[in-house]
Amino acid sequence: MTMNSTGRPTAPTDIAAAAGAPETVSGSRGLLQHEPLIFETDRWGKTGVDLPAPRGREDRLGGLARKSAVDLPGLSEPQAVRHYVRLSQRNYAIDLGLFPLGSCTMKHNPRLNERMARLPGFADIHPMQPQSTVQGALGLIDELAGWLKTLTGMPAVAMSPKAGAHGELCGMLAIRKALEVRGELETRRRVLVPASAHGTNPATAIQCGFTVDEIGAGKDGLVDMEALRVKLEETDDIAGIMLTNPNTCGLFERDIREIADLIHEAGGYFYCDGANFNAIMGRVRPGDLGIDAMHINLHKTFSTPHGGGGPGSGPTVLSDALAAFAPVPFVSQEEDGGFMLVEEDRREAAHSFGRMVAFHGQMGMFVRALSYMLSHGADGLKQAGEDAVLNANYVQARLKEVMSPAFDGFCMHEALFSDDFLGDNGIETVDIAKGLLDEGYHPMTMYFPLVVHGAMLLEPTETESRAELDRFCDALADVARRAKAGDETLKGAPYLAPLRRLDETRAARKPVLKWSPPARESVAAE
Amino acid sequence: MRYLPLTPEDRAAMLQRIGASSVDAFYDGVPAEARLPGPIEGLPDHQGELAVERHLSNLAIRNRTAGEGPFFVGCGAYKHHVPATVDHIIQRSEFLTTYTPYQPEIAQGTLQSLFEFQTQVAELTAMDVANASMYDGSTSCAEAALMACRVTKRRRVVLSGGVHPHYVAATKTLCEAQGIEVVALPAAIDGEAALIEALSDDTACLIGQSPNVFGTVSDLSPVAEAAHDKGALLVSVFTEAVSLGMVPPPGEMGADIAAGEGQSIGNALNFGGPYVGLFAATQKLMRQMPGRLCGETVDADGDRGYVLTLSTREQHIRRDKATSNICTNSGLCALAFTAHMTLLGGAGLTRLAELNHEAAGSLAEALESVPGVEILTPRFFNEFAFRTPVNAEAVLAMLEERGILGGVRASRLLPAGVMDDVIIAAATECTQEADIAAYADGLREVV
Repeated sequence: MTMNSTGRPTAPTDIAAAAGAPETVSGSRGLLQHEPLIFETDRWGKTGVDLPAPRGREDRLGGLARKSAVDLPGLSEPQAVRHYVRLSQRNYAIDLGLFPLGSCTMKHNPRLNERMARLPGFADIHPMQPQSTVQGALGLIDELAGWLKTLTGMPAVAMSPKAGAHGELCGMLAIRKALEVRGELETRRRVLVPASAHGTNPATAIQCGFTVDEIGAGKDGLVDMEALRVKLEETDDIAGIMLTNPNTCGLFERDIREIADLIHEAGGYFYCDGANFNAIMGRVRPGDLGIDAMHINLHKTFSTPHGGGGPGSGPTVLSDALAAFAPVPFVSQEEDGGFMLVEEDRREAAHSFGRMVAFHGQMGMFVRALSYMLSHGADGLKQAGEDAVLNANYVQARLKEVMSPAFDGFCMHEALFSDDFLGDNGIETVDIAKGLLDEGYHPMTMYFPLVVHGAMLLEPTETESRAELDRFCDALADVARRAKAGDETLKGAPYLAPLRRLDETRAARKPVLKWSPPARESVAAE
Repeated sequence: MRYLPLTPEDRAAMLQRIGASSVDAFYDGVPAEARLPGPIEGLPDHQGELAVERHLSNLAIRNRTAGEGPFFVGCGAYKHHVPATVDHIIQRSEFLTTYTPYQPEIAQGTLQSLFEFQTQVAELTAMDVANASMYDGSTSCAEAALMACRVTKRRRVVLSGGVHPHYVAATKTLCEAQGIEVVALPAAIDGEAALIEALSDDTACLIGQSPNVFGTVSDLSPVAEAAHDKGALLVSVFTEAVSLGMVPPPGEMGADIAAGEGQSIGNALNFGGPYVGLFAATQKLMRQMPGRLCGETVDADGDRGYVLTLSTREQHIRRDKATSNICTNSGLCALAFTAHMTLLGGAGLTRLAELNHEAAGSLAEALESVPGVEILTPRFFNEFAFRTPVNAEAVLAMLEERGILGGVRASRLLPAGVMDDVIIAAATECTQEADIAAYADGLREVV
């Protein structure tokens, strides 16, 4: 299997070798088939698609043409299927086991939703078709918007955003526009962001032209109210605050109403990062908390699949103060019951901050999310939120004797631990994570939030059974005990995953971002 | 509730283990006045699969699909055939239900396919390096403009009158929020060269599109040369990835950044999303790119493997200093793209491009034969603009009554009063001769 021999071993022993596992000629390891890159085949110049021959009519390119042929291999269908199925077997997935990645809400993805999104009436319609031919699609967007507004208690929702960070951008651009209309855009430059925030929050504020000011967390993991009050007194240029609630420490910000009041009194707006909405769905409505804008990750709370990094969808609910500034396009219902897409040219869009993306948002995700909502219903969504919180508290309760809970008391839908229990024995959070790989689990979120040392953030979600939670907790508790005892073999983990620990430093030092023919050695960066 | 494994007995036992009297205890931190007392009002209760399927199918059948009759709508999204294999692959549990590959040891499937994707995109665009995808073409374009400003430390970008108006709008929205000046040249069917006149010493980049929103294929090399002479960059945009099999790709025209839409390869129309933004650049600019990058490395045994790399550009590490706020991208759509490309290969893509081009040629010939119709696009790939003797909106409505979706009226994308008599029509490998004949006949009747 060895294709390079320049790796630096990080473990003193190799469990597989010690156990007498033989080297194989094929490079495969039992059912785990060796699979080279598609470029390492003899299929150059070939294709795996049957297309009729062009008739050779005169072209209308006016003499312009691509000079170099597209030089890529084409695999036959059986080869291609095997390639991707073999690759797939190197991936962990929710369908394989619990995926406790905190702040990511990796819950079961119902297959009904996939089937619904593939109905030709949704998948095979074009965004620029006449609106009279897509009334069902516009109706679906309107229906989903209705669910989102009801669940959040907010009067408006922008459906354009393509992901969570894009939803943040939408909310902050609405705030920016509101300030512009108030004539205060030049004087209100500062956005407050807690130290525990997702990295997207400060990055988004900067993308909207604001400056970022960090607010610390108190010892209880919540916003330091005294620091916030002082900050608001000292400054007169507050544009708003970006706060995650429940926050990234897995706690509900109990002073949230006061925070909203303080921000509003200071003339700013309240952006809430809704990544953790799963915890409070059906129990709390953001509209009752004084929030002005909040994105909802359909790919978290409403279970559209993560797909190995996307696509997502981040509809953003808006308060009355911001509703008029929502991006175009949006769907409105006419008096005759028909639906209309309001685009740039309509009077209703006069105050819109503009368009943030081509077309009308992530329709494929909308279908899946609505399918999820209809399946759960009001009762099921509330139960899902409660079970998510129950499962997280169960995990916290099962692990608190072995690991160090970051904060006292109950958590919301994620349990947070620090690395305190490790002391100075040289074993780190990352070693526990890699140890879990050998136990057959995807690890928790590591080193986030930044306010907790060596943080381990676990979000089991509601779609795990008690038995599965127990199996997982047994595994993690054992790894944690080994870590606490200074078991050096953890530094070399994983041993049983498709690959051993990967050298990320090497990847960054001399980036190789694409395959190059062996003759022309990979071009080193810079 | 079929998706919730916990039973009432489980819940009771778990609460006991936790030491909580009821789940209400977990919501103690919620201000009393914000707690919802009962069930969520105004929403129905849970339903079985059959009922949900019926509900959604009733909405789906109220839409006219691209596949059910003559269809010529393009302008940034295209009806292509996607091999059945592609959808099978992206529905594999291990691809569909996994997360961003932050744990590379158990995500080599995603990572290796991304590495292959990046290689394919770099080759198609003839650029040095490509990232692991953006949301779509319009956000790729906007991010390219921001990147050009970072690279050149200038704050003025110019878009040609051929760039898709939605792309222009998305770029304006994103750039102007940062105080960057955005100059959008007036709509022009064959006006990419006008970018040169709009160039100034403080311009960060010129943004041109080929084929542009009117279908016009252009050689942007002179634009690149002019931009480089003034220390500016060329961003080369495309909305039809299949065109790269035939037309000069961004890298052959001297582009510094290529930004485009990849929907055409592997992805369905989906009423506008999800799609997959393609983003590529020269080696020199690699470290200023937005989004995720997958790179090669080795594991502790020296075996080759792949990881996400150069993440110090990204928001989760650099926070307010990041090159972009993007986190979630279009991973699964990128997988669909790369799986389709893996089947096509370079040879298949070239043939597919030729078939598209011939279909559009046939369409143009048929429409040209209709009295009063004038093809306006001088050089086209699979889409062109034409003038009708009467108002385009009326023409399209009358064609729609005959079951023909004849394209996009230019006035839907442009300011009121501009090009009211212009229709933009696209043809692809899915277009049949009978569709073209129906279109020409229909047009003859209505104009």
